[in-house]
Amino acid sequence: MMTIKVKFFASLREEVERSEVDLKPQGEMTVAQVWALACQDMPLPEHILSAVNLEYVSADTAVKDGDEVAFFPPVTGG
Amino acid sequence: MKVVVTPDEFNAWTELQAYETTLTAQRGQWGAVSTFIGTMRNFNEGDAVNAMFLEHYPGMTEKYLQALSQTALQRWEILDTLVIHRVGHIQPSDTIVLVAAWASHRASAFEACRFLIEELKTKAPFWKKEILIEGERWVEKNTPATV
Repeated sequence: MMTIKVKFFASLREEVERSEVDLKPQGEMTVAQVWALACQDMPLPEHILSAVNLEYVSADTAVKDGDEVAFFPPVTGG
Repeated sequence: MKVVVTPDEFNAWTELQAYETTLTAQRGQWGAVSTFIGTMRNFNEGDAVNAMFLEHYPGMTEKYLQALSQTALQRWEILDTLVIHRVGHIQPSDTIVLVAAWASHRASAFEACRFLIEELKTKAPFWKKEILIEGERWVEKNTPATV
C-alpha cells in the first residue's frame, strides 16, 4: 500500500474544504486518479494546476509512494 | 543569487543596498542594475481594497524562484539576481515584490529583470485574496504585461 499526501491551495482549498489529506491507494496512480480519489464527487476543474514533489506536472503523470501531490488555481503573485 | 519569501514587511531600497554590498567579487563589473518593485494598491477592478492576504505553497515557491533565477543567470549575461516576495497579511502601499538583476550592460539587465517578474507572476505559486470593505475575494487574474 502507498501513502500519498495531497494538498489544496487558495480558492480550491476553500472549495474542497480542506488543505490536505493523506491517501493510501492500493496500486499505481496518475495525478488525475489521485484527484478522483481525494475529491470523489467533484470533477477536476480544467483550470486547476497540479504539482508533484514541488514541480509542475500534467494530470497524466504517474505518482509514486511517498509523493506529495498538490492542486491549485492559476497563480496571482507579484 | 538570493531568493527570499517572507511574512515580514521589507524596504526594497534598503534590501537592494544591503544585497549589493555583499557582491564584493563582482564589484566594478556591473554597469547596469535593473529593478522592479511591486507595491499593493488600495483599489482593484473598481473597488476599494482595504488589505490583502497572500497565500503561497511553502517549499514549491522557493524552489520555483531559485530555478527561475538560475535560468535567468544562464540565459542572459548577468552577474547576479535578487528576488524578495512578501506573503501573509499585506497593507496598501506595502512592497509585495522586489526583483533585481545586475549586469555589465543595460540590455541584459532589463531583459532578465522583465523575464523574472513576468515568469514569477504567471508561474510562482502565490495567490492573492483581497479584503474589501464588504467581504473578501480571490484575485483571479493578473493585470496584462503590456499596455
